[in-house]
Amino acid sequence: MVEPIAPPPVSAETMTLNMGPQHPSTHGVLRLILELDGETILRATPDIGFLHTGIEKNAEKLYYSQVIPLTDRIDYLAPLSNNLVFCLAVEKLLKLQIPPRAQWIRVLLTELSRINNHLVWLGTTALEIGAMSVFLYCFREREEVLKIFELCSGQRMMCSYFRIGGLAVEPPLDFYSRVDGFLKMMPARIDDYEDLLTENRIWLGRTKGVGVLSLDDALAYSITGPNLRASGLAYDLRKECPYSGYENFTFDVPSRSEGDCYARYSVRIEELRQSLRIVRQALDGLPEGPIQADAPGVVLPDRDKMKAEMEALIYHFKLVVDGFAPPAGEVYFPIESPKGELGCYLVSDGGPRPWRMRWRGPSLFNVQLLAKLLPGHLLADAVAITASVDFVLGEVDR
Amino acid sequence: MSEWISRHPELLVAGLKAGVLIFVLLTAVAYMVWFERKLIAHIQSRWGPYRVGPHGLLQPLADGLKFLFKEDIILTNVTSRFVYLFAPFLSLALALLAVAVIPFGPEEFELLGTRTGLYVADINVGLLFVLAVTSLGVYGVVLAGWSSNSKYPLLGGLRSAAQMISYELALTFAVVGVLLLAGTLSLREIVDGQSGTWAGFLPRWHVFPQFVAFVCFFVAGVAETNRTPFDLPEAESELVAGFHTEYSSLKFAMFFMAEYAHIITTSLLVTILFFGGWLSPFPDTAAWNFTRFLPSVLTAVLALLFFRDAFRLTNQYHRVLTFLICMGLAGLAFLLLHPTALVLAQGPFWLLAKTGMFLFVFVWTRATLPRFRYDQLMAFGWKLLVPLAVLNVFVTSFVVAWRAD
Repeated sequence: MVEPIAPPPVSAETMTLNMGPQHPSTHGVLRLILELDGETILRATPDIGFLHTGIEKNAEKLYYSQVIPLTDRIDYLAPLSNNLVFCLAVEKLLKLQIPPRAQWIRVLLTELSRINNHLVWLGTTALEIGAMSVFLYCFREREEVLKIFELCSGQRMMCSYFRIGGLAVEPPLDFYSRVDGFLKMMPARIDDYEDLLTENRIWLGRTKGVGVLSLDDALAYSITGPNLRASGLAYDLRKECPYSGYENFTFDVPSRSEGDCYARYSVRIEELRQSLRIVRQALDGLPEGPIQADAPGVVLPDRDKMKAEMEALIYHFKLVVDGFAPPAGEVYFPIESPKGELGCYLVSDGGPRPWRMRWRGPSLFNVQLLAKLLPGHLLADAVAITASVDFVLGEVDR
Repeated sequence: MSEWISRHPELLVAGLKAGVLIFVLLTAVAYMVWFERKLIAHIQSRWGPYRVGPHGLLQPLADGLKFLFKEDIILTNVTSRFVYLFAPFLSLALALLAVAVIPFGPEEFELLGTRTGLYVADINVGLLFVLAVTSLGVYGVVLAGWSSNSKYPLLGGLRSAAQMISYELALTFAVVGVLLLAGTLSLREIVDGQSGTWAGFLPRWHVFPQFVAFVCFFVAGVAETNRTPFDLPEAESELVAGFHTEYSSLKFAMFFMAEYAHIITTSLLVTILFFGGWLSPFPDTAAWNFTRFLPSVLTAVLALLFFRDAFRLTNQYHRVLTFLICMGLAGLAFLLLHPTALVLAQGPFWLLAKTGMFLFVFVWTRATLPRFRYDQLMAFGWKLLVPLAVLNVFVTSFVVAWRAD
């Protein structure tokens, strides 16, 4: 299905340009080897591996609960999505039931982290195309999201807030008013971004018909998420196989058929609004109840209980020293991360550490698109397309 | 020697005026950078420079010192060492040169026994001189891009060569409309030709009959200065720093200053050609006589603002500095009330006020608009601006010929 890109005939007229790994627009440390004829790109080869962190391998040496902070660092623009997918995978292995309040807060925060991711995406994409102010506006609003994260987890970016079996702690009281304030402010701010970009002639010229990804190619390249939806298939894991209680929320899955940079832009703008809708529902309909599953062998006991009950103290000691051992087996759990299908594949040998962890990050697939989309475009488009497909190098290299 | 000088006092006067103008222009360039950073920051809901001096007013000085003390890296593998070193000098020299023929006011005054005006040189082909000198500026950029022997500068240099030559055409055609109306190439006479009013209130500025030319000229001017949305030669997200990627220290600063000097020149030129230069926008009648005190009043208002800040700021050293600036401005406000100064200041005040408006627009577009792509830029220049400017020339010539009959 994927036709190989024929190497162009080598001539003295072409120029090989190393874009990156140190370059303002490669979103981290991606190296793009571009073969240029004047400013037209004949061939593009993404070169990855500059941000290899060995997180998958490291996970094999850690207890399950110790892996959560590592997952934050994979896609550092949507850390809570990573927390969530890992927790859900382990919980599936353990066949654990999560109380609804924990699920609701998880959905709320994951959608906020989708907003976070899309704001960074919008800001950087606009900056690559030259709209400097949109970048700063987006980061201003993103700061508000990060403050909300900090409020409940104590950390702006590396939250590690979800635990296997629920949440780390109950969110503080002003968390709810803060989220409410954000939800009230945000729609007008999204309108502002749209005022600056959506009907701007230069923006339209730079994004419409640029980097067109057909649906067939998208499927052949295993593209998921907003990029797939911009190419015409309204496929969203939150609808297709709901997890963490997404079946209780009403939201639309936006899709466009053009598959160009503009479609990718408008899909993400619409997703921002849909995420706000979900957060609003989660905030208003937040059920009462515990925030952690009733599973003493897995969930750390309450501090107060530890001081009063012998069993709690023993469980605490056992959990911290030995961890917990899920039954032997393997599990794959996919969720809809802001960038696409994010899957966590775990193999357990019955011990307290994962025998193998494999991360199916959408960024790796998105990066591979560049070799397909860039040829035939101008150098300026290379920057626009690179920004529009949305990837994070931490997730590409892992 | 002294005898030779006393026989040619005009040379000494010209040298003196050139020195003052260069000093003023370089200071203006430095504060243009401050103004841009500050304005963009406020548009983007930030503070901008705020630490170095009150409101960051000493930031340009700090930046200048930093450029001076940075390591001056001279590449060993440049295509041509001479061209590599010469390019930034050429850029800056040409950018500064253009201001020499800009008249800042109509008044004449006595200096060292010579009657002279508010200009360095009043030549009868002033407009041609400005256009010629600014279009030579492309050499600095192209030579820098070529001689750096590096890929990003090369692409930046190529882009700017194509862009500046293309937009030069639209720029020049747009000016022709004004020339047909003014009938002279001297910038002084072009301004003089715009004095008076239509219907008693509308100033006879060229912008009204030549609005199309004004739009073409301004857009092409923005493109000529490589500013957003036409900043392709130095598009940061694509070409790192474009043609000046391989320059550091003072050589980089020279390109930087050249760009801002170009912006100022273009704004001055727009003001002179289309907005009546130093002419006041108010009718020249007794009822409007009080507007003569505007320069003094505005300076006093500025002094008052600084006076307020002198008490509001928390940093002691900023407060002292603010108070000194306030005193200086108050003194200037009083000085401007002196009968000679009152008359002399009118021209420069209106010219600079109008120029400031265009500088604001330059910065505003930079904060708002995305960047064109290379092919779109060429299409916009050749398919829209040039035909529009040519059409304007035709229409204007017909009208001028018809009215002459």
